[in-house]
Amino acid sequence: MPINKRVGSAQEALGDVPDGATVMISGFGGAGFPNTLIRALRDRAPKDMTLIVNSATHRLSFTHELIEAGLVRKVVCSAARGRDKGLSPFEQLWKDGKIELVCLPQGTLAEAIRAGGAGIPAFFTPVGVGTDLTKGKEVRVFGGREYVLEEALSADLAIIRADTADRYGNLTFRYAQANFGPAMATAATLAVAEVRAIEDEPVPHDRVQLPGIYVDRVIVAPEIKP
Amino acid sequence: MKLNRSQMVWRAAQDIGDGWLVNLGIGLPVAVADHIPQGLDVFFHSENGVVGVGPLATGNRADTDLVDAGSRTITLRSGASIVDSAWSFAMIRGGHIDVTVLGAFEVAENGDLANWDMKIPHKGPLVGGAMDLAAAAKAVWIVMEHNTRSGGPRIVKQCTLPLTAQRCVKRIYTDLAVMEIGPAGVIVHEIVDGLSREELQKRSGAQLDFAPGCKVLTTPALADVEA
Repeated sequence: MPINKRVGSAQEALGDVPDGATVMISGFGGAGFPNTLIRALRDRAPKDMTLIVNSATHRLSFTHELIEAGLVRKVVCSAARGRDKGLSPFEQLWKDGKIELVCLPQGTLAEAIRAGGAGIPAFFTPVGVGTDLTKGKEVRVFGGREYVLEEALSADLAIIRADTADRYGNLTFRYAQANFGPAMATAATLAVAEVRAIEDEPVPHDRVQLPGIYVDRVIVAPEIKP
Repeated sequence: MKLNRSQMVWRAAQDIGDGWLVNLGIGLPVAVADHIPQGLDVFFHSENGVVGVGPLATGNRADTDLVDAGSRTITLRSGASIVDSAWSFAMIRGGHIDVTVLGAFEVAENGDLANWDMKIPHKGPLVGGAMDLAAAAKAVWIVMEHNTRSGGPRIVKQCTLPLTAQRCVKRIYTDLAVMEIGPAGVIVHEIVDGLSREELQKRSGAQLDFAPGCKVLTTPALADVEA
């Protein structure tokens, strides 16, 4: 059967996400947030999710809505700071012990996801040695320098934002839209992309930024920028 | 005598080398880009993967997909490229960034840096790329006020706030002095006019040594940037 990864709607694309799913969500620096898929996930409402996301609180991402809806048990991220002086809903849940938080240096987060999709179970990095974020982690010396052992991250689902796709799931990204998206798609059992447009013709091989073999479902959705 | 914030970043910018790849921290350090000496060809890296950040984009030139790590809409310089996050941080960890200029809460005399966690109760953590840059850039320079708002020292024997990275800071540019951190501790290379060495020492929490050629820290008159 000819491959066709296009799915009619975000609801359909996320219709089988179970309770307890680990979900990666792309986006950083204001670009690449899959906000249509995040909202569809919120409406699907799987409980006890673990989110792997660069920022749990970025003002241009709807990630916080999943947390506010009480669907999230744990967050792995590099940023979870509320913007206001008072406590954000996330910070309140964290304070009350209702949500578990793992904070990683951003590059460790990115590499852990990359490793998760590349068959590397763990890696040594110089980043974070001697800091609160690596307490209790194994440290080894290579060439006279200390490195900390960090474990790879993988997920049941990755939801990412891209610019264009073809029926094979090949993706292109605009400017800084890619950020965590490509690595997340490689590290998830099910990768769903929302894009501006699905082209009839295949994306030329030298313009493919993420090969379609990593992408399972694609929906067309205008980008929502709050 | 004491420098304003524009003058602080101007002074740091004068030490950037031709052809370097430079990462500027969010906040005051990004203003270093406005003061690179004429004739230097410098690439600016941003953690979200932009290699070759150009001037800010405003009005109808702004594109919300073309942003830096601080979510500011930017332009690209000639020869720019954009990579994904895993590659961007491999670039940082791999030692390909010639210098990162960052802000700081505290710097210890051994080069320890604290610039990510103010220990505000129950506020969520925000580390971003700070630890990656501090641990792995070829050089870490700090631009910060010499003293806290209440007058306490930011240059200290030992950091009291959580560390970003150990023994990483090479230079410090403050409103009062330019300092280097070497194996023997903090060495002052330039000090603003009208401030005695004793007064600078009094405003610092670590022992200062003065370079044999220690000179007056001079900058052009520049309008202050907003805090």
